[in-house]
Amino acid sequence: MSAVQVSTTVNGDAIDFVCQPTETLLDVLRNRLGLIGSKEGCGTGDCGACSVTVDGQLVCSCLVLGAEAEGRKIGTVEGLADGDKLHPLQKQFIDNAALQCGVCTPGFLVAAKALLDRNPNPTEQEIRYALAGNLCRCTGYDKIVRAVNAAARDVRKQQARKKR
Amino acid sequence: MAHDTSYTDQDFKIVGSRPPRPDGIDKVTGRARYGADVSAPGQLVGRVLRSPHAHAKIRKIDTSRAQKLKGVKAVITSKDLPDLTEGNRGNYDILENCMAREHALYDGHAVAAVAAVDEQTARKALKLIKVDYKVLPHVTDVDAAMQDDAPVVQPHIQHDGKPSNICNVSQFGHGDVEAGFAQADVIVEKTYKTEQTHQGYIEPHACLASVGPDGQGELWVTTQGHFTVRNLCASLLGMDIAKLKVTSSEIGGGFGGKTHIWTEPLALALSRKANLPVKLVMSREDVFKGSGPTCSTSMDIKIGAKKDGTVTAASATLRYHAGPHPGPWGMLGGMTAWACYDFENVQSIAYDVLVNRPKVAAYRAPSAPMAAFGVESTMDLVAEAIGMDPVDFRIKNAAKEGTRASYGPTYGPIGIGPTLEAVKNHPHMRARLGKNQGRGMACGFWFNFGGQTCTDLNIGVDGSVNLTVGTVDVGGARASMSLIAAEELGIPYDQVKCNVGDTASLGHNDTTEGSRGTFSSGMATIFAARNAIEEMKARAAKTWEIDIEDIEWRDGAAHAMGMQHSNLAPLSLAEIAGASPGTGGPIAGHNEVVADGAGVSFASHICDVEVDPETGATRVIRYTVVQDAGKAIHPDYVEGQFQGGAAQGIGWALNEEYVYGEDGCLQNPSFLDYRIPVCSDLPFIDTEILEIPNPNHPYGIRGVGETSIVPPLAAIGNAVSSAVGVRLDHTPMSPPRVLKAIKEKQAGG
Ligand code: FES
Ligand code: FES
Repeated sequence: MSAVQVSTTVNGDAIDFVCQPTETLLDVLRNRLGLIGSKEGCGTGDCGACSVTVDGQLVCSCLVLGAEAEGRKIGTVEGLADGDKLHPLQKQFIDNAALQCGVCTPGFLVAAKALLDRNPNPTEQEIRYALAGNLCRCTGYDKIVRAVNAAARDVRKQQARKKR
Repeated sequence: MAHDTSYTDQDFKIVGSRPPRPDGIDKVTGRARYGADVSAPGQLVGRVLRSPHAHAKIRKIDTSRAQKLKGVKAVITSKDLPDLTEGNRGNYDILENCMAREHALYDGHAVAAVAAVDEQTARKALKLIKVDYKVLPHVTDVDAAMQDDAPVVQPHIQHDGKPSNICNVSQFGHGDVEAGFAQADVIVEKTYKTEQTHQGYIEPHACLASVGPDGQGELWVTTQGHFTVRNLCASLLGMDIAKLKVTSSEIGGGFGGKTHIWTEPLALALSRKANLPVKLVMSREDVFKGSGPTCSTSMDIKIGAKKDGTVTAASATLRYHAGPHPGPWGMLGGMTAWACYDFENVQSIAYDVLVNRPKVAAYRAPSAPMAAFGVESTMDLVAEAIGMDPVDFRIKNAAKEGTRASYGPTYGPIGIGPTLEAVKNHPHMRARLGKNQGRGMACGFWFNFGGQTCTDLNIGVDGSVNLTVGTVDVGGARASMSLIAAEELGIPYDQVKCNVGDTASLGHNDTTEGSRGTFSSGMATIFAARNAIEEMKARAAKTWEIDIEDIEWRDGAAHAMGMQHSNLAPLSLAEIAGASPGTGGPIAGHNEVVADGAGVSFASHICDVEVDPETGATRVIRYTVVQDAGKAIHPDYVEGQFQGGAAQGIGWALNEEYVYGEDGCLQNPSFLDYRIPVCSDLPFIDTEILEIPNPNHPYGIRGVGETSIVPPLAAIGNAVSSAVGVRLDHTPMSPPRVLKAIKEKQAGG
């Protein structure tokens, strides 16, 4: 099999890479682009540790081929912060102790960002269902749900400020 | 130097506060490096071939075609791992588990491994390895394995003078249980079963190994105990301990499952053979099949009581499977079973039993949750039989200071009584229940461990402090250690930076297990800081040209005491550090300790469930954890331990289970089919931290990490049983099992 060349956008930057046609987007991100924030917990779409967005859509990057990134916009955990300014989700995860080992955290942050992008005022239940594709074994999810709730408040405040 | 480790009841300035963790930014930005996150130039990809049979003789392994495949740089079998264990049976068992020798002992047992230039080539190479197996009869069920005619897993193990799967029988207790039962008004006797579960850490085992022909090597690995990994790997591979440097990566969850070695020696052996670095990452299927889940159990529990609620006798017979090699698991079940109570006549007999399943490793308070399921379920049955409230019944029988524990020691100040009182008074206990809902509560115990610990504290010339510990940070420990160092030195939290040292930079540290991290590294940090303070006082004495006895350390500075020195302004830590090049060089504190006296820990949990009578599905609708933490250094992470352990226990109670087929093969090695709780399965988990100081630690610290997984199985069992009106005696209480129990009850009237 011959390698394919792919032109894509990752976290706003134009990127070209070459990969095997069988290679997953997760492997490309981690092994070819050095973006190790996305994790492999299962490789079968069951844990969400590899969550990224493709054109704003939340996906498991272990279930997407690298070649499918052609012409798309990929978002990963590395793109959440704006320079040295953390995204409210990142800040609230730290302040609420929503991570213990932290290996699930990148996936949760990307999934929670996708939730807040479409619904900045989620109920507890909406948060829990939106994050149901992400496994965390350390926290029992309690502090994660609280952090997302607090971040949603911050995001709404930011949006209100921008409107003014 | 021996230090006084007694509790001092000091007033804390920052211990007990909740500052952000030092590794937080790295972990929310994706920068933190876990086991699979580092690479080395020229690295190869390692992969492991695993047995598809539960039990088989390995007649021959032909690796020649794999070796010839382009891009394959090394292939190894047990021949490449010669037995260097010199009669040390424990080490031989580890070697045999890492790579099968004459026999494959379970579905997933490693039989060969390859290193190749890339993943695809490595996979192809595995397919080219031909193993000639002679399939043997197998046994995977613990009760079946104890039968006389069961297939024998390890012929060298004998029980009653003949080969047997019973590898260990232990007995604990005191008094005369027969006499005790004779005095009882009510006796309840019941058999329970619990199925095997996995720790389920989200990060698979991963390492990067690099060994040269000169016998020097490096290993980057996700582990709870890099010093243990170093010692074991070096001895299995015939390397000098000092020549193997092991660095623990950030660890993506362990819960006991990363206290051991699995593929690490294989990665090192592959690297040695190829003379190139080898990265070896387990797939999730490998993790389920080839790491160390916990035991399945079966047990008989018997409790006798008088009508007034006094327990007159209690006995437990416990059967724990160990996998293909002996382990201490039944013994730990026997020790923990009755530890919450003060019984006059009590006994437990525990069997460790070999089966054709993966080698069992620790899982958070290993062995205690299963025994607690049997004991705490039976406690409820007895309370019901004598018409007593289950909390009052437990309070009446709870162990207290001075109680002789069923496993031997006499307790100091302990928290079981206070957690039960807190439960009794908790608003959760008075909340109204609806239709199909039930409430249960249960208690749990864990020993907590101390062990060998070594810590360094180095003071920079700018007054910032580097703390290097050798226990790994599984969930916020660096924040807790920084708090302790800052407290001792009297400086702000931000002035301390805590690192986990590699095996070349620090003396030996035992594995981070048994809830020992904060207790033992906390103790070593206190003494290392005090050691540095002594040195700083000496430097101040030299600067001031006064006696060190006239100097006191407080609020982060040396103060000269007495009227005669009232002209001397205090010297801050930063000032002393800045002057250090001229006053005697670098300032460091150091401590090595075998931390004894880890305080025992108790918890009581309350749980409300709703059971769907149509499907048998159970939903946890409210959950409360009350636990004695000793001093809570960073309460956020103490609560986190309570919540995480409870969630794991809920998964164990309701869903999680290793399912073996008739062929002895695991049928559900994926997160799809082995379902751990997800966010939408759980409610918020309320916590109440009790702080009963451990008398054997200067700050009163006990371990906190494990006890929280002990009560949930029984708390949920009691809640489900009360919701459906029939006793559940088998975990997981999955929908089919609950439905069956409901149907049987209906059929029986
Ligand atoms: S690694 Fe992609 S879902 Fe688990
Ligand atoms: S914090 Fe460890 S898996 Fe979520």
